[in-house]
Amino acid sequence: MKTWYKRTCAILSALVVSAVLVAVVGEQVKAAGEGSITGTVKLNGTAPHMKGIDMSKDPYCVAQHKDSPAKLENVVVGSGGGIQNVVLYLSEGLPANAASAVPSQEPTFDQKGCLYAPHVMAVDVDQKFKVSTSDQTTHNIHPLPATGSGNIGWNKSQPPGAPPIETTWKNPEIAIPVKCNIHPWMHGWHVVVKGPYAITDENGNFTIKNVPAGSYTVTAWQEEYGTQTAKVTVAGGQAAKADFTFKAK
Amino acid sequence: MARFFAVTIFVIAILSAIPIVRHTWWMAPDISTHGGPIDEQMVDTMWEAGISFLASQILLAWFIWRFSGDRPGEKTKNFPGGAKTVVWAAFLLVGTEVLALGVFGVKAWANVYFTPPAANAMPVQVQAGQFAFYFRYPGPDGTFGALHPEMISESNENFFGLDTANDADAKDDIVTAEMAIPVNREIHLLMHSKDVGHSFFVPELRVQQDFVPGLDLSVHFTATKIGRYEIVCTQLCGLGHYNMKAYLSVMSQQDYDGWLKKQAALQ
Repeated sequence: MKTWYKRTCAILSALVVSAVLVAVVGEQVKAAGEGSITGTVKLNGTAPHMKGIDMSKDPYCVAQHKDSPAKLENVVVGSGGGIQNVVLYLSEGLPANAASAVPSQEPTFDQKGCLYAPHVMAVDVDQKFKVSTSDQTTHNIHPLPATGSGNIGWNKSQPPGAPPIETTWKNPEIAIPVKCNIHPWMHGWHVVVKGPYAITDENGNFTIKNVPAGSYTVTAWQEEYGTQTAKVTVAGGQAAKADFTFKAK
Repeated sequence: MARFFAVTIFVIAILSAIPIVRHTWWMAPDISTHGGPIDEQMVDTMWEAGISFLASQILLAWFIWRFSGDRPGEKTKNFPGGAKTVVWAAFLLVGTEVLALGVFGVKAWANVYFTPPAANAMPVQVQAGQFAFYFRYPGPDGTFGALHPEMISESNENFFGLDTANDADAKDDIVTAEMAIPVNREIHLLMHSKDVGHSFFVPELRVQQDFVPGLDLSVHFTATKIGRYEIVCTQLCGLGHYNMKAYLSVMSQQDYDGWLKKQAALQ
C-alpha cells in the first residue's frame, strides 16, 4: 500500500476511536456530575397550636379516628424544630433540559381517614400522579388552581372502592389548594414545579437529587409561612447544603 | 270486562287506604312542643282527602258496574238539577275542604312563625354552606362576635369568619360541627347561608326552614325528648346535597353543660 494511504487510515482510525472515547467518557462524566442539595428547614419560635377536627358529619370518619383524634396539618413541627411538608425546588438556574425532564415515578395522593395523605404533594409539570381513596365513604376531590395559571380545576367523586384517578398538571403553580366537597375539613396542596424537588420529612430534612452542576436559587415553600430562598452552587457530583429557617408568627 | 274493571278499581282504592289508616309508614314521633297542631293538620288532611278519595273511587266503580254494556232503548238520565247543580255541589264540597284545611294550616303555621321566641330562649347560630352545617354558641359573654366573610378559611377551621385575634366578643364563641341543646329549653335558632340555598330539617322536631342567601332568618322550638337526631339539608344545593347533614343531640342540662365545656376547650 502507498505510504500516504496507510498514514491517512491510521489518523482516521485514531480520530474515530478518540471521538468514541470522548463520547463515552463524556457521558459518564456528565452522570457523575449529578449532584444534590441537602438541608433542614426549621421553625424559629413556638409552633402554632393545631386545632382538632370535628368530623361528626360523617360517622365513618369519626370511627377512623377513635384512638387518634385528627388535627389540622397546616404547620407540623417535629421534636427538633424541623417543619414537615415544606417543598423545595430550584426556582432559578436550571438548564432547559433539566427543567423539562419529567420523572417517571408516579406519586400517590390518597384519601385516608377522611384526610389527605400526604398533606402536601409535589410534582413536576406533566408528571403523572394518582389520586386514590382508601376510605369506605365517598369523597369528592376538588383541586382549585388559580385563574390564569393555565391549570384547569376539576372535581371527581370517588365512592368506596373507586379506582385511582391518574392525571397531570400542565403548568407550574405554587401551590394548588385541594379540598373535598363532601368533607369540608379536608385540605391539601399540589405543588407543581419544574426540575428536581424535594419535600421535608418529619424532622425537616430534605435532599433534592439529580441536580446538575451549576448555581441555583433554591426556594422553600410552606403553606402558612410562604417562601424563602437561598443561593446554592452544586459542584459536579457533590452534595451542597442549604438550610432554611421560618419565623413563627 | 267492565265489571272486572270496576272490581279492580274498588280493590285498588281499599288497598291504598289500608297502609294510611294503619299508619304503616307514618311520621316519626313528635319531640317538639309546637308539633301537635302540625300533626293534627296532617291527620285532618288525610281524613278529608281519604274520604273524598274513597268516595270518588267507590262511586266510579259502582257507575262502571251498573251502567257499562249496551242497553238499547234505555234513556240517559240527567243529574237532578242539571250541570249547574253539579258545578255548585263540586264548588261547595271542595271549597269547604280547602277552607277547613286552610284554617287549620294557618293556625299551625302562625303558631310557629307569628309567635316571637321567649325572652330567655337560648340562641344558637347555624351556618349552612356547601356541604355542611356549622354551629356557633355565644360563649360565657352571651354575645356573638361579628362575622367577617373575607376571613372565612376552611383550611384553618375558621368557618364563620371570626376575628378571634381582635374581637373580644368572638374570642369566646364556640364553633362546633354538631348541634347539642338541653331538653325542654326553648332554642332560638339563628340561620344564614354561606353560599346558596339550603334547608334545615329535623323531622322529629317538626322544624323545616329554608336558608335564603342574603337573609338572616330564625326559628324557635323546644325539644322534649333526649336523643340523637339527624339534621338534613332539604333544598338542592349542589352535588354534595345528598350527603349534607349534621347531628342534633338533645341532652339533659347537665350533659349539655359538660358537652359545651368540652367544645370550648377544643376552640
